Amino acid sequence: MRTLILKSLFAKPVTIPAPDPSAAALEEVGRALEARVRRLYGRSLAIREVDAGSCNGCELEIHALNNAVYDCERFGLRFVASPRHADVLMVTGPVTRNMKVALERTYAATPDPKWVVAVGDCGCGCGVFGESYAVVGAVDKVIPVDLSLRGCPPRPLDLLQGLIALVDKTTARQRSAG
Amino acid sequence: MHEDSISALLADALAVVPLRPWPRYELATAAFDAVARAVGDGEREMLALWAESGMVHMAIRPIGETPCVVSTAVIEGRFPSVGRWHAPAIRLERAIHDLYGYVPEGAPDERPWLDHGAWDRSGPLGTRGEAVPRDPADYPMLPVTGEGLHQIPVGPVHAGIIEPGHFRFTANGETVARLEERLGYVHKGIDALTTNAPIDRAGKVVARVSGDSTVAASFAFARAVEAALGLDVPPRASAIRGVMAELERLANHFGDIGAICNDAAFAIVLAHCGIFRERILAVSAAVFAHRLMMDTIVPGGVTTNITTEGARLIGAALDEVAPAFAEIVRLYEDTPSIQDRTCGTGHLPADLAVRFAAGGPVGRASARDFDARRDLAYAPYEGLPFDVPVLTTGDVDARVQVRIREVAASMDLIRMLLAMLPEGPTLVPVPDAAGPCEGVAVTEAFRGDLLVWLRLLPGGKVARCHVRDASWFQWPLLEAAIEGNIVADFPLCNKSFNCSYSGHDL
Repeated sequence: MRTLILKSLFAKPVTIPAPDPSAAALEEVGRALEARVRRLYGRSLAIREVDAGSCNGCELEIHALNNAVYDCERFGLRFVASPRHADVLMVTGPVTRNMKVALERTYAATPDPKWVVAVGDCGCGCGVFGESYAVVGAVDKVIPVDLSLRGCPPRPLDLLQGLIALVDKTTARQRSAG
Repeated sequence: MHEDSISALLADALAVVPLRPWPRYELATAAFDAVARAVGDGEREMLALWAESGMVHMAIRPIGETPCVVSTAVIEGRFPSVGRWHAPAIRLERAIHDLYGYVPEGAPDERPWLDHGAWDRSGPLGTRGEAVPRDPADYPMLPVTGEGLHQIPVGPVHAGIIEPGHFRFTANGETVARLEERLGYVHKGIDALTTNAPIDRAGKVVARVSGDSTVAASFAFARAVEAALGLDVPPRASAIRGVMAELERLANHFGDIGAICNDAAFAIVLAHCGIFRERILAVSAAVFAHRLMMDTIVPGGVTTNITTEGARLIGAALDEVAPAFAEIVRLYEDTPSIQDRTCGTGHLPADLAVRFAAGGPVGRASARDFDARRDLAYAPYEGLPFDVPVLTTGDVDARVQVRIREVAASMDLIRMLLAMLPEGPTLVPVPDAAGPCEGVAVTEAFRGDLLVWLRLLPGGKVARCHVRDASWFQWPLLEAAIEGNIVADFPLCNKSFNCSYSGHDL
């Protein structure tokens, strides 16, 4: 343990430099914001992840946001355990019929104002599980979506850039309004 | 072959169908029922149980020998229950009932499993009846009676970044008297999506049965297609597949070891293992252009070659991670506070591991000495010397230790495969099937043995494909392992199993 701590003191950080916000996500979030309630997030978003039918691939990459390499907390992004604590729902899909009610209830349990980020090709409606008796479809077929982050699965860097765009836009709007 | 009751029953089969590389026997109803009974008596392990239109199939294996498939026709919508003799089959035949509407006669549990009352039709792959919508919460849990018991419902939406499922704990104070799982929330209709589908589309769906096992699933799917068509894969492609499968095992084992320790609040292991995992995913992305290496294994070979530079990158990543991991392992082994949480917790008895044919670290930590890479050997593992760690304590610590040792074994395997990477092509064209043909393959995923059975039709079509993840036989054992433990140790036990929801729910 002692050698580990000593090593950590002298080692360079493994964390990657902060990426720029994704241009595409900035534009999408900007559009979505026009009609939405603005609120001071103070550069901080509490995120609740909901797997509404994914293959778990997206979850693995969302998980990676928490590791030392991507370290999403330095951008004010924090994953919380309950939708009642959340500003943002990150939803992976395709939304299965068996998860539809649970997703609706999770959305209802999230206090306003709230944001929904659909993650992955399946959640955004272009995955391989399109036509099935067991699948409702993309996340926006069940709850309104503010930002779509595509990929199968999207890389953690893509997720990070999309989420940073979300934080930036929310804060910028608040400042200009305030 | 054994001189036992099943061998005698198979000798009287109505027909022997050419399924490659195992035989498939078609049996009359009574004979199928007798085989099921003998499986329940322990004459064979059950590897899988699935249906197709008008037929039910069961894969069984005499220990140390080649498995086979036994099939029986569904007559008037009914087939003999296997679950009445052999408990591991219960959830599988509940799934068959939900998907096809076929009734397992004499089944001990007739509750629906995958069908939560939300589909637009019942028996979507078989009887295609009118759906009877019902409240998804309307599900009779098994009764638990006794003094001072209370229930804790958890899920389907869990607190972490994990897949959905419902757990119903019945506890006496802090002690779990019973855990009952309810799964099926992420059922996507994979059996239907791979029915009558072009081979490449079916392959893409199979690659997404469970994202963490995408390499293992594509590997099994490709091998099943190749077996059905009698297609030989170039040796270089096989070796590259092996490298990918071991990289996937490494990434997942690092993730699991870290997550287990984190659930006992020993976060330093997660922090370091998270970096190791990331290192493996980054090198996978650099060499195969995808962090999880999805869709890289296809029937006929692989779509990405390993260049000399790629081999060097992989070797360098292993050289960097191996000593750092050894240090973390020492930390895990030398810290009494974490050992106190993992040793003796979540004990899975060896007899249950054998009865359920539990694969992967779950089985091997409870003395079940089975690894598909060695016991149902396939390229590139045939003839390669590698360790299959088996422990007998059956607790959370044993499941961690098996993974620790498998990390070392996988690193050795990757180095071996890279050192003798054969020259030659990496992909050969897939010929069209001359007529209907069947193939089956089992690969060792990080979680355990993963079976794919399929039937091909001329025109590059998959008539029917079934994927059986190791989780089917591990989920029920989690219910047994948690019994008598405290509720707070459930995350620890659950992570040490790390069953797949999506791979199970299909």
